[in-house]
Amino acid sequence: MINITNAALPAIHAATDTETVGTPWINISVFLAFVVVTLVVVIRASKSTSTAADYYAGGRSFSGTQNGLAIAGDYLSAASFLGIVGAIALQGYDGFLYSIGFFVAWLVALLLIAEPLRNTGKFTMADVLSFRLRQRPVRVAASISTLAVTFFYLLAQMAGAGALVSLLLGIGSKTGQSLVIVVVGIIMIVYVLVGGMKGTTWVQIIKACLLVTGVAVMTVWILAMFGFNFSAILGAAVETNNNPAMLDPGLKYGLSEITKIDFISLGLALVLGAAGLPHVLMRFYTVPTAKEARKSVVWAITLIGLFYLFTLVLGFGAAALIGSDRILNSPGGVNSAAPLLAYELGGSILMGLIAAVAFATILAVVAGLAITASASFAHDIYTSVIKNGNSDPKQELRVAKTTVVIIGLVSIAGGIGAQGQNIAFLVALAFAVAASANLPTILYSLYWKRFTTRGAVLSMYGGLISSVVLIIFSPVMSGAETSMIPGADFAIYPLSNPGIISIPLSFLLGFLGSMSERRPEDPKKQAEMEVRSLTGVGAEKAVDH
Amino acid sequence: MASTPPVDSANSTAFDFTEAQRSDQFQQLRKTHRSFVFPMAVAFLVWYLLYVVLAIYAPEFMSQRIFGNVNLGLLLGLLQFVTTFGITAAYVSFANRKLDPQATALREHLEAAGAGRGEA
Repeated sequence: MINITNAALPAIHAATDTETVGTPWINISVFLAFVVVTLVVVIRASKSTSTAADYYAGGRSFSGTQNGLAIAGDYLSAASFLGIVGAIALQGYDGFLYSIGFFVAWLVALLLIAEPLRNTGKFTMADVLSFRLRQRPVRVAASISTLAVTFFYLLAQMAGAGALVSLLLGIGSKTGQSLVIVVVGIIMIVYVLVGGMKGTTWVQIIKACLLVTGVAVMTVWILAMFGFNFSAILGAAVETNNNPAMLDPGLKYGLSEITKIDFISLGLALVLGAAGLPHVLMRFYTVPTAKEARKSVVWAITLIGLFYLFTLVLGFGAAALIGSDRILNSPGGVNSAAPLLAYELGGSILMGLIAAVAFATILAVVAGLAITASASFAHDIYTSVIKNGNSDPKQELRVAKTTVVIIGLVSIAGGIGAQGQNIAFLVALAFAVAASANLPTILYSLYWKRFTTRGAVLSMYGGLISSVVLIIFSPVMSGAETSMIPGADFAIYPLSNPGIISIPLSFLLGFLGSMSERRPEDPKKQAEMEVRSLTGVGAEKAVDH
Repeated sequence: MASTPPVDSANSTAFDFTEAQRSDQFQQLRKTHRSFVFPMAVAFLVWYLLYVVLAIYAPEFMSQRIFGNVNLGLLLGLLQFVTTFGITAAYVSFANRKLDPQATALREHLEAAGAGRGEA
């Protein structure tokens, strides 16, 4: 047994009575500086936003490296940073599953989806899904599922914003936090309206660099405190919390057979969800070729992998240096483990910096989500269905921008409602919906010749409805201490994640729907899609300026 | 016109791809692609799910200390990271060596024959 470093322990006791964390004015100024810098970048980038391809897909002019950074920026949301660090700090080993699942999931995107998607689509996920099927029903289904996934994802980001700000600016009251969520929502709307995809992509790039750097610095710092001995951090985590079980599996999910199945359900949703997230899929359209799409996934995997390895150290570091009691008793609860850790390490200044980065993370992810949902609505429902393909691009763009405003308002309301939940957990719900509603249809339409419109529509609605209904009747909504609707109890589905039922169901419906349709789809379209997906013939080119 | 809104006309061309799809060249590319990505996808999914199931149904096994406080579960979790990085590297090298030359040759051939014209 390696001796636990005792040098770190006195510092913990010295800091236990510090209730307000950091100096609000430092936090605010660091944060404002960041917002100003990014807004300047957005406004500069927006000068070349004129066409729909510019607004939705950044003119397809980003390099694979830039796009890889932007994907990492999109993906490493507040859930990854605040949520996972909190989950590991409190649940130890069981929290680590989030890191692994969120990361391994990228292989689905790399191996099966990124390149064919780039080769066959234009702006949105529905472009690919409706390529060789009947346009209207498939586009509408894809667009509705995009909006649903976006909604769950936004809830998580907004809940994170509330937690972070309450800790940072010393705003403890629910009204104060709600007000902050309103401000974040408004800044986000401005970001997207002014900059479009190009501006948003630059925000993602800046933020990804800052986030990974910030987390790397904290990781090295913690490792240095423990003599670069990871085992010693684990030992200190056990010591501080007086809980040897935290290193072993089962602390949260080992209680009963139901929680065990819940763990598997979560694991399944995590690994299959990433490649069905509309805002991640849309990123593959911002590069000029499939090869660049591949390169961007490789960059994303590298950054995301490093990031999740760092969060393992941060999570156990927070458990060791702060302890679960103090984390739970702080204003932001479980989601405040990371900023508390920053305070423990570098005082007000580091905490201000880290919190600003986390805040920017939320802002950037929300912007990415808003643009995806607005593109999907304007392009797939408004232009293709309502206007029958006859709207002029200016009109479509106006609809997209109106959608951004509406999404901004809905996410503000949702964020106020979802305060206090662990955001990694909330994001896992978005993953479950994405894996159920989108992934089966994407895979079938790229790789299964016999797939039909009926299969697609059944699979998408079946996956979407089953996952959302199961969430509504799960302990997430009612019947448990942490439920969204306290006091009520209509939880008839015992698991908190729907994936284990809704994902197989969606695959099955896609299969049965296709087999039951006597009339196969146009074989010419299928031929075209397959040839294009592998060779890149006729793929959308970059826009020159 | 309702079944094919003009929005998609940019997506499709008059070019008939069925012949291209049937060509040996394309079938070869398709086979090369599938024989790599499918087994690889199945392999990593099985390995990941095995890890998840082991963690929850064999906690004693996963709790064995390997060195210091680091137990087998943690080590296998880190191994998931290693295999993910490994598969990524393997795929990129495979795609650069085997897929790209075939795909490029075929694309140039098809474009010379008139496919993919009339794009935005």
